Amino acid sequence: MSGITPEHYFVLSAILFVIGAFGVIARKNLIIVLMSLELMLNAANLAFIAFSRVHGNMTGHVFMIMSITVAAAEVAVGLALVVAVYSHKDSLNVDILKMLKG
Amino acid sequence: METVLFYLFAALAVAGALLVIVHKNPVSSAVSLVLTLFATAVLFVLLSAHFAAAIQILVYAGAIMVLFLFTVMFLNLKPGALDFDSKNMAFKGSLLLAGLFFVGYFAILAYSMAFPGGGTATLPEGFGTVEGVGMMLFTDYLLPFELTSVLILAAIIGVVAIAKRRES
Repeated sequence: MSGITPEHYFVLSAILFVIGAFGVIARKNLIIVLMSLELMLNAANLAFIAFSRVHGNMTGHVFMIMSITVAAAEVAVGLALVVAVYSHKDSLNVDILKMLKG
Repeated sequence: METVLFYLFAALAVAGALLVIVHKNPVSSAVSLVLTLFATAVLFVLLSAHFAAAIQILVYAGAIMVLFLFTVMFLNLKPGALDFDSKNMAFKGSLLLAGLFFVGYFAILAYSMAFPGGGTATLPEGFGTVEGVGMMLFTDYLLPFELTSVLILAAIIGVVAIAKRRES
């Protein structure tokens, strides 16, 4: 690693994570909230891979694969919920979903 | 060379991430998310994680993005269904900046505490290849790997149960 230290990757990962967290907090569109969650998971994956490189140990790669699997399952369930919500309420605004009632 | 590649693709990743949370239209957001995921895959290659980069493109940029785009098309959004974002963005933006500095500071602090010497380890034979990761996945981490398939099964059943039309 010439010039680029692992800190660069960690800072980039932190930046991506905070952007994703901001999307989850600030946006009201349910689909974009899910995409921001993907951004956060992706930032975590980047940190896994970078730490794996620092230690010269491939456990981080294994965890990254697990994390991708969880992300895929989460997106599938989340988008099914989006479809159900939209057919119920005709809107994707997260603010209308606050009474926990079918 | 590596420096140039890192800064180029890090900038692309951050730009794509910002576009994801700025766009009004979910389709544009999904395409920007693909940009971020591709840039991250390139960074994985720079970290000599070739298998992880391939998985990233296949699963994330392939399968998950297609799922997002398919859902957006499938919903057949009415015009005006997305006109509700978003009040006091300036306040939330300053919150974002504060969070950024906070997290970045702790990222550097944690790293310098964990590795006082800095630097990177020498890589073992086959680091990041399909063979290396596969050997690890099917020996040390066999039980978590099998549990992952149970998770996916649960997700499949859950999706079918949610998406099924209710009779009412």
